[in-house]
Amino acid sequence: MSSMPVSHPERTVEWHLPSKRRVGMTALIVGESAIFTIFVVAYVFYMGKSLSGPTPAQVLEVPILATICLLSSSFTIWRAEKAIEDDRMGSFTGWLGATIALAAVFLRGTALEWKTLIYQDGLTVNTNLFGTTFYSLVGLHATHVVVGLFLLTSVFIFSLFGWVDSRQSERFGVVALYWHFVDSVWIVVFTVVYLIGR
Amino acid sequence: MSDCPLSISQVIDPSTSRAEQITFLEKLHRWVVTVDHKHLGILYILYSTFFLLVAGAEALMIRIQLAYPHNHVLSAQVYNRFFTMHGTTMVFLVGMPFLFGFANYIVPLQIGARDMAFPRLNAFSFWLTAFGGFLLYYSFLGGAGLYGVGNAPDVGWFAYAPLTARSFSPGHATDYWALALIVSGFGTLGTAINIIATVISMRCKGMTLMRMPLFTWLLLIVSMLTLVTITPLTAAQFMLLIDRYLGGHFFDTQAGGSSLIWIHFFWIFGHPEVYVLVLPAFAIANEIIPVFCRKAIFGYPAMVAASVTIMFVSLSVWAHHMFTVGMTSVSNAFFTLSTMLVGVPTGIKIFNWIATLWGGRIRFTTTMLFCIGFLFQFLIAGLTGIMLSVSPWDWQLHNSYFVIAHFHYVLVGAVVFCIFAGIYYWYSKATGRLMNETLGKWHFWLFAIGFHITFDTMHCLGLLGMPRSIYTYQPDRGWSFLNLVVSVGGLIQGIAVLIFAYNFIVSYWRGEVAGDDPWDAWTLEWTTSSPPPVYNFEEEPEVHSRRPLWDLKHPDDPDWEYES
Repeated sequence: MSSMPVSHPERTVEWHLPSKRRVGMTALIVGESAIFTIFVVAYVFYMGKSLSGPTPAQVLEVPILATICLLSSSFTIWRAEKAIEDDRMGSFTGWLGATIALAAVFLRGTALEWKTLIYQDGLTVNTNLFGTTFYSLVGLHATHVVVGLFLLTSVFIFSLFGWVDSRQSERFGVVALYWHFVDSVWIVVFTVVYLIGR
Repeated sequence: MSDCPLSISQVIDPSTSRAEQITFLEKLHRWVVTVDHKHLGILYILYSTFFLLVAGAEALMIRIQLAYPHNHVLSAQVYNRFFTMHGTTMVFLVGMPFLFGFANYIVPLQIGARDMAFPRLNAFSFWLTAFGGFLLYYSFLGGAGLYGVGNAPDVGWFAYAPLTARSFSPGHATDYWALALIVSGFGTLGTAINIIATVISMRCKGMTLMRMPLFTWLLLIVSMLTLVTITPLTAAQFMLLIDRYLGGHFFDTQAGGSSLIWIHFFWIFGHPEVYVLVLPAFAIANEIIPVFCRKAIFGYPAMVAASVTIMFVSLSVWAHHMFTVGMTSVSNAFFTLSTMLVGVPTGIKIFNWIATLWGGRIRFTTTMLFCIGFLFQFLIAGLTGIMLSVSPWDWQLHNSYFVIAHFHYVLVGAVVFCIFAGIYYWYSKATGRLMNETLGKWHFWLFAIGFHITFDTMHCLGLLGMPRSIYTYQPDRGWSFLNLVVSVGGLIQGIAVLIFAYNFIVSYWRGEVAGDDPWDAWTLEWTTSSPPPVYNFEEEPEVHSRRPLWDLKHPDDPDWEYES
């Protein structure tokens, strides 16, 4: 088999494959979307079916500030992505810090909302169907925000120590991808819970 | 040499001299901390073989109980636990780990990669799956909590609400069931992500999507399907735990909740799950049938297209499990039609396999026999599936032994047969030795005969009106003789599986030395040594066709002159 006159047409073809980290994170996001879909379906299915109060219209207030903060954090993390790609590390740390601050404001909003609901309005998971589905769906999303916040804070601390540079831009891009997902899920949750369901 | 896409020099012997010097404890430690896809693949296979024996034993106990009317080998409570554990084990601890074991071992080798995309995630996924399995079985000891002698889940493998509510399932058995499946579900999700990233991003040079071996193609499709299949179950299990521990009302009908929505959520998982199990079986058949009839697979693009179609269509058929819950006629018609639609791509596959066999020089080794058995049985399973998709027919036979026979035809007649075929085929790659052919033939014939005695007869029992999940029955129902026949068939299958287990273990030491390519096959895993070295390939292979090893063996007539 050594001396066959083989001239293969694709001998010089370029070989590029997508980044495995991006593909992996995209796959995770698809799976997570299915989880959220089931919880959203349950929320919509049980809308207005609670046998007792309180109802969403009585107790829910639209979290405008928290929503603005979370959605703008997608913009700040995008700026951070651009900064790390161009190796502007000071700018990167700044935009990343802003993202973390915005996420923290969002979580504080959720915490205060839950505190009011639990202590003033007496709404818990076992009060009625609204309580069960509301805390599950919003809690599931908030859990994802907490995970994202943990990831972002880790990167932030690393960058304060100067351990992060443009070589890690692809890895940071994966974290950012997750964060964009968390933000876009909030658009769905916000629409279903606070706009349609109220 | 220079113009060959692959060179034989890539075949190298792993050094065995060092391996012999380490102690047993060091060896064990290596297996526990390994991140090598081949070791993890073998761990998956061993793990699921163990549970195959366990769940098989449970099935035999069920059959012994049902062999005679008014039998009392098992109490009614234990009987419920056994059929629950049999179903749950077979689907989650046998079927999926087996297939992911094959995927782990074979996919990186077939695409010429060094390892999976995320080796540590791979190890993490395996240990999660393993922990889930042992958590489920620990329920036999700890299921009753502190105030009893222990019991296992007894709610059926689909665990319909409100049976799973605290008031009807006290103790912790149901919690073990839910938690074990959540844990192993995360393991499954991790593996699915890993396989997708591996197949998309780790292919060797020249391996375009349309040159990938069909095994790899189908495992990619299965993994994509798994992403959106196992996650709804995880979500529903979380809801169940919220109900049971936090007093939620998702499935609590007394507070306005709906038990119907659990049924929907479960089957949104449960039906695609069937395809998650059966597509890897197709994948194994896709590798074995061409090699053992000495022809390239017929209709490669059609096979890929049919598999992708099955993936999409399978997501819209779940409510054919629910014709009897009282849906609207529109829903009934939709799910009848969508279920029938699955028959089209599946039929394409069957025709392609037959066309591959047509005119081939078929070698009837044990591996091939299991694949032929698979073709035959899967055809019948598909046909009874079409029968059950007709909702009026389903109203008559829902939850009868006809349904049990149908899905065992799929899960045993197709999936288990292909798993056995795959083990006989790739055993030589993983161990360097062949499994014994004589014992293999005994295994095949006993298993096939036992299978048909059991499950052909079950169809008749179903038509005679015997419902599933019953603990015992009256002698005057006319089911006694057929039930005895079914049980005898089960026993024969049990003997066959024991022969297999013996063969599986003993061949490791006494099997004939296989060499690198015992079947004269065509995919990349056969270019490396048996077992492959840790790094798989000495240099990264480069492929130019769907059958790189054919090109290497027949440089005068390479495949790439005909493809594309």
